[in-house]
Amino acid sequence: MKLEGEVRIPSGCAIAAVISKEGKKMSGSLITEAMKPMHDRSNGLGGGFAGYGIYPEYRDYYAFHMFFDSRETRKDCEVFLKERFEIVKSEIIPTRKIPEIKDIPIIWRYFLSPLKSKVDALQLNEDEYTVRAVMHINTQLKGAFVFSSGKNMGTFKAVGFPEDVGVFYRLEEYEGYSWTAHGRYPTNTPGWWGGAHPFTLLDQSIVHNGEISSYDANRRFIEMFGYRCTLQTDTEVITYILDYLIRKQGFSLDEAAKVIAAPFWSTIGRMADDEERKKCEYLRKLFPSLLITGPFSIVFGFTGGLMALNDRLKLRSMVTGEKDDRVFIASEEASIRTMEPDAVNIKAPAGGEPVIIRVKDGKY
Amino acid sequence: MLDFLQKKEEKCTEVWYNIMEIDVKELGFAEVNRKIREAGSECRVKGCIGQRFIAAGMNGKSIVIEGIPGNALGAYLDGAVIDVHGNAQDAVGDTMNDGVITVRGNIGDAAGYAMRGGKIYVRGNAGYRAGIHMKAYKEKVPVIVIGGHTGSFLGEYQAGGIIAVLGLGDGDGPIVGNFPCTGMHGGKMYLRGECKGIEFPKQVKTETVCGKDDEKLCEIISDYCKVFETDAEEILSSVFTVVTPDSKNPFKQMYVAN
Repeated sequence: MKLEGEVRIPSGCAIAAVISKEGKKMSGSLITEAMKPMHDRSNGLGGGFAGYGIYPEYRDYYAFHMFFDSRETRKDCEVFLKERFEIVKSEIIPTRKIPEIKDIPIIWRYFLSPLKSKVDALQLNEDEYTVRAVMHINTQLKGAFVFSSGKNMGTFKAVGFPEDVGVFYRLEEYEGYSWTAHGRYPTNTPGWWGGAHPFTLLDQSIVHNGEISSYDANRRFIEMFGYRCTLQTDTEVITYILDYLIRKQGFSLDEAAKVIAAPFWSTIGRMADDEERKKCEYLRKLFPSLLITGPFSIVFGFTGGLMALNDRLKLRSMVTGEKDDRVFIASEEASIRTMEPDAVNIKAPAGGEPVIIRVKDGKY
Repeated sequence: MLDFLQKKEEKCTEVWYNIMEIDVKELGFAEVNRKIREAGSECRVKGCIGQRFIAAGMNGKSIVIEGIPGNALGAYLDGAVIDVHGNAQDAVGDTMNDGVITVRGNIGDAAGYAMRGGKIYVRGNAGYRAGIHMKAYKEKVPVIVIGGHTGSFLGEYQAGGIIAVLGLGDGDGPIVGNFPCTGMHGGKMYLRGECKGIEFPKQVKTETVCGKDDEKLCEIISDYCKVFETDAEEILSSVFTVVTPDSKNPFKQMYVAN
C-alpha cells in the first residue's frame, strides 16, 4: 500500500469548529455531533478533531500524539525522545473498538519537557527545539509520526467518517474551550491515518476544505525555512506557512490572512484607506510565493483562539454563528444548528475576510 | 420583520391543517425525497437539518420547508413550488427548469447555478456567485430576485435570464460585492440604486431607469412582493441600474491575443 506522500490526494471535505469566548469547557461530543449532518461531504477516508484546553493537568508540557507501525518503532522513537526530552508521562491514547474504524496503528501520547541543557546548547527556544524534533521524527524515523505536538491541546485523527472517529477516540471524555473538526473526501487515497486533518505544529492546527493549486510554489518557498512537506497534502503546507508568518515572523493573524488570501491588485487599488492599501501592497510584494490560490476554507486553531478564512474567490462555503459566549464555524449552517439550534448572527464571511475569535485573557 | 413572519406562520397553520407533515430530522436525503414524492400534492417538511437535493427534479407539488435544507435544494426542479421558512444553503435551484423557490431567510453561494427556467425569490441576502451561468431559451426565462445584498461575482458568466437585487434590509455596504457580471454575455440584471462605486467589467453596459418605467421589472417585483407581502410601489419608485452585455464590445478575448 502506498502511504501519504507517495500519492497526490485532492480533497473535498467538511469543517466545523466551536469556541467559548469565556473559556468555558465543552465536551468533545458536541463537535462530534456537529459533523453528522455533513456526512455526505466526507467519504470515510479521513476524519479528525483538535481540542484546546483538554490537558490542564499537563498544561506546561508538549503533548505529542503519535502513530507507530510497530512496537519496535515505538521503542526506537522513545530512545530518540529520551535523549532530547524528559518524558513526564507516556500512555496509550484510550480508544474504543468499533467496526467502523479498522487497520489501527499503535497510538500513544507523551507529555514532554525539553532537556534544558540540550536546548541551551543549540541556542534555540523550546518551541523551535520541539519543532525540529517533530520534523526529524516525521522525516527520518520510518513508521513513526507525530500528529500533535502542542501544549494543553491535542488532535485526534483516523481513517473513517468524522462522527465515527469521535466515538473511536472517546472524545466525550475530553473537555475543551475550543474544538475544530474535519471530514475528508479525498478522491484518490492510500488511506493513511497521518493524512487526515487537522494538521498541526506545536499548538497550531489547521482543518481545511479545498484543493489549493499553488501547493508547489508554496512548498518550494516554505522549505527554504527548514520545513519539510512530507505528505503532499496541501493542508500541511498551510500549517507551515502560518507557523512561519505568525510564530517566526511575528505577523498578526489579520496580516497572515492578507498574505495567504491577498486581495486582487484591482481591489487593493480601489481601497479608500491609505494605510490599509499600503499594507496590502507591502504584504503582496513581500510574500508573493505565499499567496494560496485555488479553493479553500480553513479553520486555524491556536492557544486561546480560532481563525476562519476563505480563499479570496470564495470557492468553498463557510458559515459562522453565535450564541452567548460561543462562536460556531462550519461548512454548512446545518452543522451549526446541530451544535446550537438557536444560534444567531448566521453569516457567510466574504472571501479573504478572516474571522478571528479569541478567548478572554486569563480564561484559558 | 419577525412580527411579519410570525403572523404569516399563524396564518399558514390555520390553512394547512390537512396538509401532510413529514418530520425528517433523522432521515437521509433519499428517504426525505421518497416521502415527499409519496405525500401527494402538498406537504410540509419539518426538522430539516442539511439534507441535500430536497425535491430534486419534482413537479406538480407544493412543499413547505422548515429547518435548514441542505445544498442543491430544488436541483433540476421541474415545476414544483418550494417555500423555505428560514435560511437555505448553497446551490439552491441548481439547473432548475421550472417552478418557484421562495426563501424567507438568506441563501448561500451559487444560487440558481445554471438555472434555465422558473423563479427563485429570496427575502434576505445571497452569498457569492448568485445566478452563475444562468441561461434562457425562447419562452424559458429564469428569474432570481434577491431582497437584500449579494456577495461577489453576481451573475458570473450569465448567459440569459433576469437577476434583480433590491438591497433592502439591514445589510451594509454596496448592494453587490466585487466583480459583478464577470463573463456576462446574455440576460439582464437590475440593481436597485445608481451603483456608484461598483466596478463593472468592460463587456457590459449600464443604464439607469426609474423602476416604474420598466415593464418587465414591474411585473417581476409585483410578483415578488405578492409572495413576501411587501410594498411593490415603494421599491419600484427607486432608480435601478440595468446591466446588459454590450454587443459592440463582446467578451471575446480571454487570455492572449493571437
